[in-house]
Amino acid sequence: MADALVSPDIRAGRLTADDYLENFDDLHPPLGVHEARVEADRCYFCYDAPCTIACPTSIDIPKFIRQISTGNPLGSAKTIFEQNILGGMCARVCPTETLCEEACVRNLAEDKPVAIGLLQRHATDTYFERDEKHPYERAASTGKHVAVVGGGPAGLACAHALARQGHDVTIFEARPKLGGLSEFGIAAYKTTNDFAQDEVDFVLSIGGISVECNKALGRDITLEALRRDHDAVFLGVGLAGVNALRAEGEDLAGVIDAVAYIADLRQASDLSTLPIGRKVVVIGGGMTAIDIAVQAKRLGAEEVTIAYRRDREAMKASAYEQEVALTNGVVIRECLAPRRLIGEAGHVRAIELERVVADSSGRLAGTGETVTLEADQVFKAIGQTFVPDGLGGADALRLDGGRIDVDADRRTSLPDVWAGGDCIEGGEDLTVAAVEDGKIAAAAIHAALSA
Amino acid sequence: MADLSTNFLGIKSPNPFWLASAPPTDKEYNVVRAFKAGWGGVVWKTLGEDPAVVNVNGPRYGAVHGRDRNVIGFNNIELITDRPLEVNLREIKQVKRDWPDRALVVSLMVPCEEQNWIDILRRVEETEADGVELNFGCPHGMSERGMGSAVGQVPEYIKMVTRWCKQNTRMPVIVKLTPNITDIRNPARAAHAGGADAVSLINTINSIVSVDLDQMAPNPTIDGRGAHGGYCGPAVKPIALNMVAEIARDPQMRGLPISGIGGVTDWRDAAEFMALGAGTVQVCTAAMVYGFRVVEDMIDGLSDWMDEKGYTSVDQFVGRAVPNVTDWQQLNLNYVVKARIDQDACIQCGRCHIACEDTSHQAITAMKDGLRHFEVIDEECVGCNLCVSVCPVEDCITMEHIAEGTDPRTGKPINPDYANWTTHPNNPNRVQDAAE
Repeated sequence: MADALVSPDIRAGRLTADDYLENFDDLHPPLGVHEARVEADRCYFCYDAPCTIACPTSIDIPKFIRQISTGNPLGSAKTIFEQNILGGMCARVCPTETLCEEACVRNLAEDKPVAIGLLQRHATDTYFERDEKHPYERAASTGKHVAVVGGGPAGLACAHALARQGHDVTIFEARPKLGGLSEFGIAAYKTTNDFAQDEVDFVLSIGGISVECNKALGRDITLEALRRDHDAVFLGVGLAGVNALRAEGEDLAGVIDAVAYIADLRQASDLSTLPIGRKVVVIGGGMTAIDIAVQAKRLGAEEVTIAYRRDREAMKASAYEQEVALTNGVVIRECLAPRRLIGEAGHVRAIELERVVADSSGRLAGTGETVTLEADQVFKAIGQTFVPDGLGGADALRLDGGRIDVDADRRTSLPDVWAGGDCIEGGEDLTVAAVEDGKIAAAAIHAALSA
Repeated sequence: MADLSTNFLGIKSPNPFWLASAPPTDKEYNVVRAFKAGWGGVVWKTLGEDPAVVNVNGPRYGAVHGRDRNVIGFNNIELITDRPLEVNLREIKQVKRDWPDRALVVSLMVPCEEQNWIDILRRVEETEADGVELNFGCPHGMSERGMGSAVGQVPEYIKMVTRWCKQNTRMPVIVKLTPNITDIRNPARAAHAGGADAVSLINTINSIVSVDLDQMAPNPTIDGRGAHGGYCGPAVKPIALNMVAEIARDPQMRGLPISGIGGVTDWRDAAEFMALGAGTVQVCTAAMVYGFRVVEDMIDGLSDWMDEKGYTSVDQFVGRAVPNVTDWQQLNLNYVVKARIDQDACIQCGRCHIACEDTSHQAITAMKDGLRHFEVIDEECVGCNLCVSVCPVEDCITMEHIAEGTDPRTGKPINPDYANWTTHPNNPNRVQDAAE
């Protein structure tokens, strides 16, 4: 009988209002002016600096740090923006521990890199706080028009660079607002106070960029039409699809796509309205898995377990991010692959996982040993896929490995179409890499339109 | 534990760390606190004649800060004591009575008339202080009235006033010198000629510590304007060390006791001044920045270092470095060194490379076999020490003496013999070889 079942423990408002504020406040509080000066003084101003080489956007890190140290934070911010117009967001979300900070020579000296990410945030925040005017002026209008599809980091970076060169740009965005993963995907405590929208406004303030939201490729617009109406097209559409668990019971209620849940969380004006389970299991090993696990915990989930099919070493989430999860009380279980979701009255109640081992070539094989974890909610964070809608068929735009094939200039198989960000083959699932794609494509588009 | 006690002109103190004549020694209250903290002696803040001087009511100090607000250099426009003479003398007498084992020297500054000096010396003698220090150093305020550095900049005046003092007191006379001159030996020789028992140096250096770019005025700014002050603190130590050494190695002043002053912040600074001939050191800025407790480690550190080196008393190392201070022309031009980079210690910052590449001799690689690698090119290295100076890792780059073979830079064989500029063929004034 249905009423004899104990219903799953999923509730909104598990915490007090103060708890929500505290739990979703800045994960890494910004440096004060004095802290920034002292930290900046740790930079050795290296020759041919390894940090700059490690930065996908090649920010001149020693220069911007020196500018903080000399009391010139606005100049510092401009040094950052020169290479990365989304330097403010990258300062918040970059896995610096595997990029610039991993390359810092201070690691060799004392195992403690200069806090480059926090310094970058200090400089860019100062710029935003002082309400400076846009740092660049547009070149004279070229009369050329470029369509940018997707208002995420790749699209914004591309649009900005093109607008700066004097081209007119229209950004078509499927969602109701711009920002892409900065707005809908990044964990809330990494980008507080609506920074993503402030940054979008900052990017657009160069002028010459018009925005059309709620315009999805394949639904409202087609590549064919965009090519006809514009001098060039940039595709920065991201990954709209979600990988399936391919486990029995995947359609049970309570089995949730982590990306969608995080988007809801980011858009929620009141976090106490978000229902979260008492026992939560997250399947996956990347940044999304960490983000949903930590945020679930911070929404009040009692037990949160990440189950990953390989060992922690193999997780795409950095050791540092794993550490964040662990210090938030998340349990990480390795070498467990989902086999079966066990439901009751149409709702998930537990997940059965099989212990797997990898052979020397990395192929996983089941051991037959199973583990069953009770779960009120199971979040799927096992990667996303490119959805090639509205591209005019596979013949028109060449794909590679299920994503858009591009050359070094981010040019696709179509001569007037470029692409970047997560939707291209080799896309790195990094904001900073998407920005670099947008930059490279913009330079190539500008060259092509100027020829 | 080594014996740190000193006997400077017969003035005994349990250790060589004295507080210099300055704000920390202006009152009994401060001096007693200093003695409780362990200071070996004090030079009481300079006494003048009544009516007492007045100080500005605005800021009188300025600083040069490091990034973490550590005080690298310090500057002041304070004058001599602004308390009545009688009060100071009474307190001096009391303190000397209460602390007989500590050195208590009184700094003096009065107009350049013999009677004025006679009068104040008599008053000071009554306190039973151990000695006097003639303030010929302060570069601000008092100098505009013909005292302080206005005296210290004219050797004849130094000699004259020193002689008056020597003729009119039984107390030892220390002459405190200003560094605001061209050659410290001239004022020091004048003090010596006047009969000074010792010199102390350096007083502060004329300075504008910084400019307020909003007010467009020097700091510290008083009502929109600023005046030069006296600079001190760690930043002036190298200047002070040189001046102390110049006096210590001057044949005309051989044996003249020196009290070293200028940026002494820790025991090592003190040991350096003493190695260059200072029998005691005087400290001000370190105490003003951190409080009197800094003397604890000065005592411990110097004692531990002496134990480590086998010195049982300070006399054993005072002046030990003086014979090794020489003139450029006496340096051995046949002594060849090359920089050596310890690849295990190198953190790959590349600062040695860019410093050498941009500003010196292009003698350090940035890359080897396509990899980031910093290595000295012996064919270009002149052994200048720039790389050592800029390397952030201590002892990562060292200078290796090439004692034999050929210098790859010059292609000439290494000459094991000593030879200096005075005999160098390029020197038009060289000492001619007898055979030529």
